[in-house]
Amino acid sequence: MIRFSKVTKSYTRGQPALRDLNLFFGRGEFAFLTGPSGSGKSTLLKHIYLEERPTSGEIKVSGVSSRTASRGEVAKLRRKLGIVFQDFRLLEDRTVEQNVAFALEVTGAPARAIPERVARVLTRVGLASKATSMPRQLSGGEQQRVAIARALVNDPFVLIADEPTGNLDDRATRGIFQLLREINASGTAVIMATHNLDLIRKNDYRSIEMDHGTVVFDSAAESGQGAGVAGLSMMTPESAP
Amino acid sequence: MKLTIRETMSAFRRSPVLSALSITTIAFSLFAFGLFGLVAVNIREALQKVEERVEIRAFVAADTPSEVIALTASEIARFPEVARADVISQDAALKRAREELGEFKDVFDQASFLPASIDVRLKPGHRDPATVKRVAEKLGTYDFVDDIRFGEEWITQLYRLRNIAGATGLVLGLAFAAVAVIIIGTTIRMAVMARSREISIMRLVGATDGFVRRPFLIEGFVKGVLGGLLALLLTWLSMRLIEHYLNFNTVFFDGRLAVLGVLFGALIGLLGSAFSVGRHLRKI
Repeated sequence: MIRFSKVTKSYTRGQPALRDLNLFFGRGEFAFLTGPSGSGKSTLLKHIYLEERPTSGEIKVSGVSSRTASRGEVAKLRRKLGIVFQDFRLLEDRTVEQNVAFALEVTGAPARAIPERVARVLTRVGLASKATSMPRQLSGGEQQRVAIARALVNDPFVLIADEPTGNLDDRATRGIFQLLREINASGTAVIMATHNLDLIRKNDYRSIEMDHGTVVFDSAAESGQGAGVAGLSMMTPESAP
Repeated sequence: MKLTIRETMSAFRRSPVLSALSITTIAFSLFAFGLFGLVAVNIREALQKVEERVEIRAFVAADTPSEVIALTASEIARFPEVARADVISQDAALKRAREELGEFKDVFDQASFLPASIDVRLKPGHRDPATVKRVAEKLGTYDFVDDIRFGEEWITQLYRLRNIAGATGLVLGLAFAAVAVIIIGTTIRMAVMARSREISIMRLVGATDGFVRRPFLIEGFVKGVLGGLLALLLTWLSMRLIEHYLNFNTVFFDGRLAVLGVLFGALIGLLGSAFSVGRHLRKI
């Protein structure tokens, strides 16, 4: 589904952000991506939705290659991905339902089908009663649910979440994580970057630890399930920032 | 398309101040250009009126039969450069001299020394010194033509003035247009920057470049048209003020020029938007 083959990403200054990375994410998988700040987690995620292209190597996402994909193909690929960020990235001047509908409208979805699909996904994330609220009227957890609803409305095969609970309190974090579990249980793969070690410890999902642009531990490789890099060390609480 | 129009309209609704500022900036940039254009149009008009007075006068010998003069005049009128050729008899010449030189009209009281002439006016585009001289030389080939006058030095000076005015107008016009393009481009770029977050979210959820670009292009076009119309109104008001307070008779742009001016604004708005959004999209 998503394959990184010998991916290196270098910028003009400093160390490479990703070094010779080989990774595979399978259909319906739930994977945590962890590591200290600057370890390359967000850069890796950006390579999945092709906001960044590797300096060398190749990423294939659902058959789309980072080497050959045009901007139009990238746009079409993103319609099959759900992307969620720590800072929600909602349009502040539009209501909850308009924010969600927007993701359908840009794909050219039939206008008549949009209200029903928006209502369904808002119900799924528990925000049906807030459809006409503005984002600023919602709590952080609710805003993240709107962002997740927007990410889900196009039925993506994978949800990419870059520290989705980073701005939330414990209660909201639990709620969002539970939602991500449910999404995964319904068949959508989830790749979640996080600093929250509790979440990783308490859940028996694949965890990938990164440091200095390389994978230093991959539980799937440890258990022989994935095509990842052999694990070098277990993540310890001290290694997290 | 419906969505594109809705997005365009909501952009105006969401940031009315910025939109109004953009339109005003476009309007004032085009207004400066319009004022210059107004001056250029009036100078051109004035020079055209002076040019219309370019005339070649071929004086004919006293004993030339009037039939011959009339026949020759109609032959000259068929020259490709000639607009009209009028026969001025001795009597008519005397009458004209009395009218033109009113204070010296006594001199012409009993005079019959003024010769008859064929007065030749040239078509627009054939009033340059070289053509005037060529036609004058052709008139000189008729045996009965005694003398030819066409104010060679005056025509040369007039054309030099016209060329200087034309070249200066072109350079100034280009400079004004360039300033307008830069100011309008910067204004539109500010509007695009103000919506950079929205653009990045659009891209994130799978909008194509074309989808992102379209509302901005329409917005730029609409702002250009509105700015152009406002500039036209300001230019017209300025002209009326000048006429009223300075007692000038001025000429305003004809319909074709007015439409061209508004289209120029629309084009700058469109290109400015295309350039700014394109540049922004390449970065994300």
